[in-house]
Amino acid sequence: MIQSLDDLEKIKEDFAGRIKKYGKTVKICFGTGCVSSGSQAVYDGLVGALEKESLNKKVRVVKTGCHGFCEKGPIVVFNDDEIFYQSVGKKKIEEDIALLLDTIKNGKVADKLLYKSADKLKKFVSTKEIPFYAMQKKIVLDLNGAIDPEDIDEYIAHGGYSALQKALTAMTPDEVLDWVQKSGLRGRGGGGFSTGTKWKSCKDAHGGPKYIMANGDEGDPGAFMDRSLMEGNPGVILEGMIIGGYTIGSNQGYIYVRDEYPLAVKRLGIALEQAVKYGFLGKNIFNSGFDFDIKIVRGGGAFVCGESTALMSSLEGKSGEPRAKYVHTVEKGLWDKPSNLNNVETWACVPAIINRGWQWFASIGSEGSKGTKVFSLVGKVNNTGLIEVPMGTTLRQIIFDLGDGIQNNKEFKAVQTGGPSGGCIPKEYLDTAVDFDTLWELGSMMGSGGMIVMDDKNCMVDVARYFLKFLVEESCGKCVPCREGIRRMLEIVERICDGEGDEGDIAHLKELGRAVNIGSLCGLGQSASNPVLSTLRYFMDEYEAHIAHKKCPAGVCKPLINYTILDNCTGCTLCARECPSNCIIGDKKKPHTIDTKKCIKCGMCYEVCKFGAVNVV
Amino acid sequence: MDIDKKKLDTIIKKNGGERNRILAIYQDIQSEYRYLPKEAVQYVCGRLDIPLVKGFEVATFYKALSLKPKGKHSVCVCLGTACHLKGGPAILETFERELKVKRDDTTEDGMFSVDTVNCLGACALAPLVRVDGKDFGKTSPPTVKKIIKEFKHGA
Amino acid sequence: MIEFTIDGKKVKATEGEFILPVALREGFDIPTLCHHEALGSDGRCRICVVEVKRGSRKRIVTSCLYPVADGIEVSTNAPDVMLVRKSVLELLYARCPEAEVLGHLAKKYGVENVRYSKDHDKGKCILCNICIRACAEIVGVSALGFSGKGMSKKVTTPFDEPSDTCIACGACVVACPTGHIFMKDDKGVRTIWKKKFPLAQCPECSRFHAPVEQLQYISKVTNVPLETLMVCQDCR
Repeated sequence: MIQSLDDLEKIKEDFAGRIKKYGKTVKICFGTGCVSSGSQAVYDGLVGALEKESLNKKVRVVKTGCHGFCEKGPIVVFNDDEIFYQSVGKKKIEEDIALLLDTIKNGKVADKLLYKSADKLKKFVSTKEIPFYAMQKKIVLDLNGAIDPEDIDEYIAHGGYSALQKALTAMTPDEVLDWVQKSGLRGRGGGGFSTGTKWKSCKDAHGGPKYIMANGDEGDPGAFMDRSLMEGNPGVILEGMIIGGYTIGSNQGYIYVRDEYPLAVKRLGIALEQAVKYGFLGKNIFNSGFDFDIKIVRGGGAFVCGESTALMSSLEGKSGEPRAKYVHTVEKGLWDKPSNLNNVETWACVPAIINRGWQWFASIGSEGSKGTKVFSLVGKVNNTGLIEVPMGTTLRQIIFDLGDGIQNNKEFKAVQTGGPSGGCIPKEYLDTAVDFDTLWELGSMMGSGGMIVMDDKNCMVDVARYFLKFLVEESCGKCVPCREGIRRMLEIVERICDGEGDEGDIAHLKELGRAVNIGSLCGLGQSASNPVLSTLRYFMDEYEAHIAHKKCPAGVCKPLINYTILDNCTGCTLCARECPSNCIIGDKKKPHTIDTKKCIKCGMCYEVCKFGAVNVV
Repeated sequence: MDIDKKKLDTIIKKNGGERNRILAIYQDIQSEYRYLPKEAVQYVCGRLDIPLVKGFEVATFYKALSLKPKGKHSVCVCLGTACHLKGGPAILETFERELKVKRDDTTEDGMFSVDTVNCLGACALAPLVRVDGKDFGKTSPPTVKKIIKEFKHGA
Repeated sequence: MIEFTIDGKKVKATEGEFILPVALREGFDIPTLCHHEALGSDGRCRICVVEVKRGSRKRIVTSCLYPVADGIEVSTNAPDVMLVRKSVLELLYARCPEAEVLGHLAKKYGVENVRYSKDHDKGKCILCNICIRACAEIVGVSALGFSGKGMSKKVTTPFDEPSDTCIACGACVVACPTGHIFMKDDKGVRTIWKKKFPLAQCPECSRFHAPVEQLQYISKVTNVPLETLMVCQDCR
């Protein structure tokens, strides 16, 4: 049981003693991305090789959480970011393991495994030099990738649970609240509501028991900030929640985790168990008289449960239908009791605020949005992955500096933020400083932090169709505007994509879009039209091309395109063999042709052609 | 379908026998049977004293639950935004075509179920496919054929 | 006592009341489909929307669930109110083209022609939840519920099969605002929710008067002997 600062110090010392015997540390990323790319094989290979060389007592191999640079996985980092290796074991695993050993034994840096810029002109040795990392400021993800997320001692050794100790033993709940309010922290889940104000309302609400909840039901497609955080440093979320419970006067917390994130559920479970063992959860935490417990609850694969009231319905054991919020959930939430729900990233900001002071936190970020924000930068950008930057960083910096620009030197077209509730922002606004308010003004929103970069091969009408389809599938079906309105918008947009749109469709979409946004019951419906309305606002020409000229300029909408084979076809016959509808004809070593009448436009020929001879018109 | 009542009792007990944990109970049952048998829903509702129709409501609301038996291999095609932009729909179509099955359904021989998910959060590896819990990143229609082969032969 | 205005008229209400009943009491015309006097509302149909101005902020809310507050200004016919109402009615009428009540309301609120393809598989059901709540909260048997979500959401019995708990009382039929639920009495048998229920025949007048299972249920909850209940109300 840990009951004092001295106890915490003792863990730190023990941990330092435990790792002192190792001369070197090798960190292998075990985030979901890197695991998919094969980090387990790298780990097994390296551990095996070290044993063979009897180096296993001298080198500590750690499985860490996500380093963020998922595109380049599996990632291996030496010591404290000294050497950064990417795509380890992707092609020839034995060879790469030998290179790792060479680095360990002889300090030789393996050129092959270093990160290179997209233009291949620069290569980087240390993590800190890589622009993708150098431009980040990490508060939430500070320890992601640095520690073993399954070892609470390592979290403590890096300052974990010291904020809890400080809050519970040296601060009153009112003082903690005061700090959170003054820090300017706003909810990271999307809405950007002031965290301090929310805490205060819940603290002041009559009745009890009161509940604390963490929203880890990250459902926005293209977003994985919360997943990485829960997998990489679950302790910081627990610590934030316990501090929140102390401040608000709650003794019970719940973490609602997305069902599709089994690794996050597992790591949170381990962190929870270890926290209970050390007495950070349970009775009389840090001898303060304060009791707190946390339960982990898995979601059921319903996007709508990321909405606060639907999440509460789900926690209550019902289907995830949202409820009207005219009486706020801080007064009547879970089981109609005062309840405070924050996103896991919001909770993860709290320990840093307590440790380093509200002034420090408030000094980072923009005028109205303080601190940092984690974004998942995905789509047609060179450096795909997870980044944390101060609020107020411009879109251009994020996409072109950290992200190293657009893949294959294509033209940037738009960046989609805010998931299905957000919108698409065109290149005219690349210099926008990103925060809650600026994105809102552009007809999009921060959302949970997904940032999906699109190039000129992405059709914006198709993007609108994509999100509408997503929302049709995810609408709970409770209220009419959302259930019936979104599917009718989808019908219209599908018609446009099929080349059957007519002139009245645009006005109809705008009218229905507004009705759905203002008439729906919950946040899902109230923002459902944003992807349509924002693409109508910025990319009207594309809609017009589909409607008036029956053309899809990006070459995406199938009924409006055709595949053809160019003259540089070598007649290798690969496409003809792979074509599922047998519509490609031609003699060996002579250019082939596609029978467009039989073509089902599946794109297989385009994918398999090694000569770039298949074209979309 | 014969259900093992002892097994269900253990699962219910593990979840504290709490009504509000019904979703978790269903999920635990599903991981035992690879689907949620009707008889299990009836049994659980009886034990938790929940009206059967309410238990049915929960069982049909959440995508994570299936009242229909699933195939031996579960294919899950990610259609998150990043996967969509990088060709996820073509991946799904290829699975559907090659396995002669529609999404959310199971092949006649019971070997493969094909489902979709709106983002697995591994967007850097788009388009992504998860088969029996194993992730395949940066897939393309030609690699889909290889994946199918791998699991057909592994079976 | 709370004071506020509706369309400029000063009105009074008790704390805890919602806008809708106050407005109806004061003679304002606000349509609603999912509100039921005995069961209240849970905000599904959205045609009872009004615009509420509180301080400087205006927003569209459902009057059936919005609690009255001092000083708010309610508009029952602001442009956005009419937009939502009209849009919802057009959407609902496209879903349930057979529902006469929707046809009347749609016409009343300016829907000239329905621009969407009509559904033919939803019957007249608008998923208002009234039947489900009547069955659970008034009758007390919980034979009905929703299944699925989004477009596949529907009102049904467990596993879409004849229900073991349904007593064929017909409360759902009476409560349904659109006339969706099918019920037929024929030759001593009541058919409802895909199940046939024998009707009790009054020993005095030989009339088939109520489903046997309903009488058994009443007997169980009221302790009135079943033999008494088997006699129809006229002959009792």
